[in-house]
Amino acid sequence: MSDAKSDYGAYEPVIGLEVHAQLLTESKLFCSCSSAFGAAPNAHTCPVCMGMPGVLPVLNRRALEFAVRTALATGCTIPPVARWARKNYFYPDLPKGYQISMYEAPLAVGGVVNVQTPDGAKHVRLTRIHMEEDAGKNIHDAHDDHSLVDLNRAGVPLLEIVSEPDIASSAEAAAYLRNLRAILQYLGVCDGNMEEGSMRCDANVSVRKRGADKLGTRAEIKNMNSFRNVERAIDSEIRRQIALLESGSRVAQETRLWDAERGQTFPMRSKEEANDYRYFPEPDLLPLRVDRTWIEELRAQLPELPEARRARFVAQYGLPAYDAEVLTARRDVADYFEAAVAAHANPKALSNWVMGDILRLVRERKLDEQLVIEKWPVQPADLGALVALIDDQTISGKIAKTVFDEMVETGAAPGTIVERRGLTQLTDDAAIAAAIDGVIAQNASKVEEYRAGKDRLFGFFVGQVMKVTGGKANPQKLNEILRAKLSA
Amino acid sequence: MNEVRSIDLSEPSSWTVAAARRALDRHETSALELARFFLGRSARLEPSVHALLAVTTERALADADAADRRLGAGESGPLLGIPIVLKDIFATRGIATTCASRILEGFVPPYDSDAAERLQRAGAVLIGKANMDEFAMGSSTENSAFGVTHNPWDLARVPGGSSGGSAAAVAAGECLASLGTDTGGSIRLPASYCGISGIKPTYGRVSRFGVVAYASSLDQVGPFAWTVRDLATVLGVVAGHDPRDSTSVPRPVPDYASGLTGDVKGLRIGVPQEYFVKGMAPDVERAVRVTIDQLASLGATVVEVSLPHTEYAVAAYYLIATAEASSNLARYDGVKYGLRREERGGNLLEMYRKTRDGGFGAEVKRRIMLGTYALSAGYYDAYYLKAQKVRTLIRRDFLAAFERCDLIATPTAPTTAFRLGEKTADPLEMYLSDIFTISVNLAGLPGLVVPCGFDAQDLPIGLQLIAPPFGEEVALRAGDAYQGATAWHLRRPRLASAGLGEADGEPRRVNSR
Repeated sequence: MSDAKSDYGAYEPVIGLEVHAQLLTESKLFCSCSSAFGAAPNAHTCPVCMGMPGVLPVLNRRALEFAVRTALATGCTIPPVARWARKNYFYPDLPKGYQISMYEAPLAVGGVVNVQTPDGAKHVRLTRIHMEEDAGKNIHDAHDDHSLVDLNRAGVPLLEIVSEPDIASSAEAAAYLRNLRAILQYLGVCDGNMEEGSMRCDANVSVRKRGADKLGTRAEIKNMNSFRNVERAIDSEIRRQIALLESGSRVAQETRLWDAERGQTFPMRSKEEANDYRYFPEPDLLPLRVDRTWIEELRAQLPELPEARRARFVAQYGLPAYDAEVLTARRDVADYFEAAVAAHANPKALSNWVMGDILRLVRERKLDEQLVIEKWPVQPADLGALVALIDDQTISGKIAKTVFDEMVETGAAPGTIVERRGLTQLTDDAAIAAAIDGVIAQNASKVEEYRAGKDRLFGFFVGQVMKVTGGKANPQKLNEILRAKLSA
Repeated sequence: MNEVRSIDLSEPSSWTVAAARRALDRHETSALELARFFLGRSARLEPSVHALLAVTTERALADADAADRRLGAGESGPLLGIPIVLKDIFATRGIATTCASRILEGFVPPYDSDAAERLQRAGAVLIGKANMDEFAMGSSTENSAFGVTHNPWDLARVPGGSSGGSAAAVAAGECLASLGTDTGGSIRLPASYCGISGIKPTYGRVSRFGVVAYASSLDQVGPFAWTVRDLATVLGVVAGHDPRDSTSVPRPVPDYASGLTGDVKGLRIGVPQEYFVKGMAPDVERAVRVTIDQLASLGATVVEVSLPHTEYAVAAYYLIATAEASSNLARYDGVKYGLRREERGGNLLEMYRKTRDGGFGAEVKRRIMLGTYALSAGYYDAYYLKAQKVRTLIRRDFLAAFERCDLIATPTAPTTAFRLGEKTADPLEMYLSDIFTISVNLAGLPGLVVPCGFDAQDLPIGLQLIAPPFGEEVALRAGDAYQGATAWHLRRPRLASAGLGEADGEPRRVNSR
């Protein structure tokens, strides 16, 4: 994507992101209803999340735990007291007429997410992390004359993670999001699926003349539901603002929606943003004083985070930085890789397999929708065994692809497949030589041509021998013996 | 200690929880007999008093039957078989809960409030759901969408509010005890106007779960009954921690009844001069002063205390309570339950407007607007935040005063019950009825009201005893000792004898406005 310095000319974008991450708790933030996705409309509701008269919220401690873990993993400070607040507005998907959120006293402040840029590592500071409940969903297209409301999502716990305006390009924004998602996934607190909305992002974008002190007027961009769309939308908005300023116009402070089809941002109807949310402290919940001992316990239990794991993959497995980056971007992938290495200690070969065939499969079969390594078609130990078969010359790399395809189809172990289909390669010199002799005998004229200097016919002979041996001849030995016989 | 006799259904002054308890435990009566008796009285008195929005006959008979079976099995319990009434603000599973509002007409909750649940578990018999000011907003019960309640002592007068129906039901003899809620005086004012006892406990003492919210940081549940002893009994059942209410306090509930020693010796009673204001009815001031002297003669020490920020309480209350109300009442939007008004082809905003315009009464709308304004951008600091600071100062006033005394004694209201319609045209004057009760809610303290005399028109006067946080026991002990030495709590309105064969007992019909 666009590199800031070269693309934006005399202008410098200033970007801050607000990320909403849906927490992977079993139940909702303030009641015991399931927070699972995909149930029949309103199946996961109760008087509390439906906003019936007189019912009261009770904090889900697991959600708080997830929030504290996220705060700790991003280096935030947790102030002694956080306070719940009500954000008031009317909408059918908001059953109480207010959302319980945090406002003046968030759960966590400070913190940082590191981002790799072409100029090296960059620290994007976090302003705050707070907790809030999600709204339900309005369904407008089911009937002509009325809308429906599904409150399954109402009350599902969210984290809002707000960055400082430290991001300078759309590419940095995407990198920030990826790293943040990796952290959330490593913690197991959010699955980070932007397409399904379990991770959402709004961007505050402004531009200013490079080197200027004063910030430009910002627009808030919403409705970007994939990493790619975040990047595209921000880039498009930056260009729109630069064009406005270049033509002598001004940027309006407003909320804009990204239209992925048209590739542009459009202003939201002003009526929808003219809200005065009338925040005030939520009287139904006590101020949140997170126990300091508990915080330290959670800190001690934090898992290895993506940055640390990346560094370890380079140091421990001798992997190139690129491999380490790709493999650690997701915890499940990194776990998979390490399990495979545990079965067979050839990290680089396994890295190639994971980054290539495994990730392709995951993409093709949309397996990345869940962080469930058990559901992957090829178990890591089997992948290790496959590479071991290559390394001990039982099969060739080429045969290995065939074996892999069958592993994907049947789930069988590679050794079983090789044995059942007789794929063990020919390593016996005499047998290979016999096959070569046959090919030479049948292609006398080609042999002549080769010997006359037509070197590229060598490949033809290799192909013929492989055909005769069913692809099982050890390629190295085949090369050696064939070359010797042809030049004899 | 007061001697308890068994209940005598021909003698209204014996209609107490304690007397019924004795009779039930000795099998001199049955829960069913009591239920039928009070249901019968309700049927006869409701046309003139209108304390109830619903008489829950079927439920009452079923409750009584269940109670009798438990009694028959040798079981007892403080409220087993006792006929009670709940303010219609308490969610009752399977029974309409309206908050006296059109917007909740026909709403039947699929859950019980914690208080209703505890009462049912204790075996109490639900006679009905009581009238109230819509969403507990008012001081006279005239803001009910379903008609006013008449004061049993004088049917031309208000019972006080907002829990006027709960108070009138006890005073008229339609039940033995009832529950109300108190946000700015809504238990204490009706107790005072109806000549009965009532207590608003410490904020957090009784769960608010299932109590339709008016102002969440002020609302508290409490009982009405004739005697302080009965209040102690009912409070003991409904108080206690509820994990469903994060503001309910995990603190053991004392045995209130066993704390009623009848002794106030050495108790220091503070009297704040700020509570004896100009414009107070002379009869009220006289009765309260006499009562304080009586407490002194029983062995209490009277000390002067000062609550200097009292004059700001009403203003602070009407910002905080309305701010919270404006948010609490946002859920009544016509989308999920209750009233919905819309026209075919109309849009969402019109549906909201029509529903809320048609569903809420004038006072509720006034408070929603006031609260919305107080929270609006640019006004929040000047109104809501400042009111919260006043609230802190008021609480500090009380805590400082309680360093010098154990209880604070004040009048409950500047006057006795006023006439129906007398103050409806002037909301501000109506608001001043709560001038002595509001501070107690702002400070989150318990406040007990006991009848302490009658004015020249034979209308009851109530004394308020304010205790430190979780000092219910002290207030109850003092109130009980006072009732041991006086007879105000034994007087009954003439209407209480209705149907008992006394010529002057027949209630007069008074037309509702």
